[in-house]
Amino acid sequence: MNLSNHIPILIVAIPLLAAFLVPLIGRINKKATGTLTTLALSVSLILTITLAVKILTVGPQAYVFGATSPSLTLPSGLKFPIRIMFQIDAMGIFMGLITAVVSFVGAVYSLVFMKQHSGLDKYYSLLLLLTVGMFGMEFTGDMFNFFVFLEIASIASVALISFRGIDLGEPAEAGFKYMVVSSISALMVLFAVGIFYGQYDILNFAAIASVIKYSQLDKIALGLLIPVLAMKAGAVPMHMWTPDAYSEAPAPITMMLVATSQASLYALFRVVFSLYNISLNALTVGWIIIIFGLLSMFIGVTMAIIQKDIKRLMAYHAVSQTGYMFLGVGVGLAVLANPVALNQYGITAMEGGIFHIMNHAMYKGLLFLTAGALFFRTGTKNLDKMGGLAHSMKYTTIFFIIGAAAIAGLPPFNGFASKLLIYESVYKFNPLLSIIAMVVSILTLASFVKVFHSAFLGPKLPQFKEVKEVPRSMVFAMAVLSCIIIFFGLFPDLIVKNLVHPAVMSLIEQLQYTGTVLGGM
Amino acid sequence: MLGLLETGSGFWSAIIWIVVVLVIGSIVIYIRNKGEDSYKKNTEQDKPFISGNPEKSKEESHLGASHIYWGFTEALKGYYNPLVKMHTGNINDYSGWIIVITVIILIMVGVSG
Repeated sequence: MNLSNHIPILIVAIPLLAAFLVPLIGRINKKATGTLTTLALSVSLILTITLAVKILTVGPQAYVFGATSPSLTLPSGLKFPIRIMFQIDAMGIFMGLITAVVSFVGAVYSLVFMKQHSGLDKYYSLLLLLTVGMFGMEFTGDMFNFFVFLEIASIASVALISFRGIDLGEPAEAGFKYMVVSSISALMVLFAVGIFYGQYDILNFAAIASVIKYSQLDKIALGLLIPVLAMKAGAVPMHMWTPDAYSEAPAPITMMLVATSQASLYALFRVVFSLYNISLNALTVGWIIIIFGLLSMFIGVTMAIIQKDIKRLMAYHAVSQTGYMFLGVGVGLAVLANPVALNQYGITAMEGGIFHIMNHAMYKGLLFLTAGALFFRTGTKNLDKMGGLAHSMKYTTIFFIIGAAAIAGLPPFNGFASKLLIYESVYKFNPLLSIIAMVVSILTLASFVKVFHSAFLGPKLPQFKEVKEVPRSMVFAMAVLSCIIIFFGLFPDLIVKNLVHPAVMSLIEQLQYTGTVLGGM
Repeated sequence: MLGLLETGSGFWSAIIWIVVVLVIGSIVIYIRNKGEDSYKKNTEQDKPFISGNPEKSKEESHLGASHIYWGFTEALKGYYNPLVKMHTGNINDYSGWIIVITVIILIMVGVSG
């Protein structure tokens, strides 16, 4: 048996197996739960990188579970085509890499950050299940399977958001709110899945894409999928769960929630590009996504400026940054049916939007970890109560500066590269959109100057005289993300050429997606 | 060239940017190091001047987050008041927004053909 052929399932199966092993190991040795989780996620990370190299050199990979053929017939004559597929193309593995890095860093950071909490076996088990959910959403080629993984990710997220304590009101409330909005989205996704299955008798993305008629029912399915997936990504005005959930979850989980939101964003892009593509009214749907982007960018950043809770402030920035992704990809979608405009600026706009997904996962992850480091040492998230922490937390300060500069789009960090692609290409589509995006960047910088001044600058405050730098494993986790940010900032061409461009083309070229799967069927 | 990102309208290179910043920074530092002739160390020139009032202790002078951009938010009250009110924290409202947006998108997608 050639194990390399089974990498797609191993990436998901290893953390899944570890998720069930962790509570058992926890009965023997509580400390081993974190180590086992980190080990499982490091193996997943290595396998994801290996698969990425394979996909980017050989091409998309289809991995079949169940029946070997869709027309398999039992000896009794009963047709038994029970099978699901993982369909991993350049876009899927692009998202997979984000999940792999973020979950690994989150596990490393948790080793010390969560040490004081009880129920760590459950925490790590849920963390692994959240990772499984994200990988599944990104790799699956089956609509119902997508719904299952969406649910796995949502349920694990709910438990992790409220993990900080049943006796604390806020985490439980935030978890409850996330549970309600997730249930609504799950119901709508399931309804859309039912519409496709009722019409076409199939659930495979590529198979549906090859026969989709854009009937009234298909339009209803699209009208259900767009808002709920946008909501899960944190689009304004359905973003209100994000500050609640992001601020109450433990810092490494907040970082992973950002990646989970991006997995939903990926699903939205997969639906409009790979499932419907030019069969839909690209201009209308493109503008819907652009408007989500504009609202998210502007309302997100203006709400962030007035926050005093560092994590709520960062959560609103997460909403705002998601707006850039909507904007870039929305412009690409709006000109999808116009080959000239698509080649002139549509592809570049999408490259900017997709590149921003990865950049955002890294710098926003880093910023949430720095907020976690501040909370770990000071016990508060209130910026009014902080000050002068740069004196005693030098590494955290440096990491914060890197993250803040990246999110504000300051050169030479990665945020600048993706935003530049968006500004220049979107300007050709509509200059006003580009100008708004630049104004939002300025406000982002202003907001993080406020955080930097409030938390890090100023004299050493008497109440924080005993504060010292966070332990090494937390520094290591933040350093990993910082190195990625700097590398992506210095050599954005390498990432755009080798990862982002293939991902964009795999979205645009629907035939390539359907061909790989249908060929493998 | 490694690090050169084509943007469709031009290019971006962080390496070139860093080199330019280093050159300009060196010039600035050189000029600064030449110094100001009229400056006298350890005189009243070293002390801050706050409208003639006595200087507060360093610990007392730290400006909290709530004070920063007060003028900005005060000037934009008309924008902020309804926006903050919209964020009720009530899950019924969260669900309501999802339903409203879903209906709008269903109409837009349905009508647009």
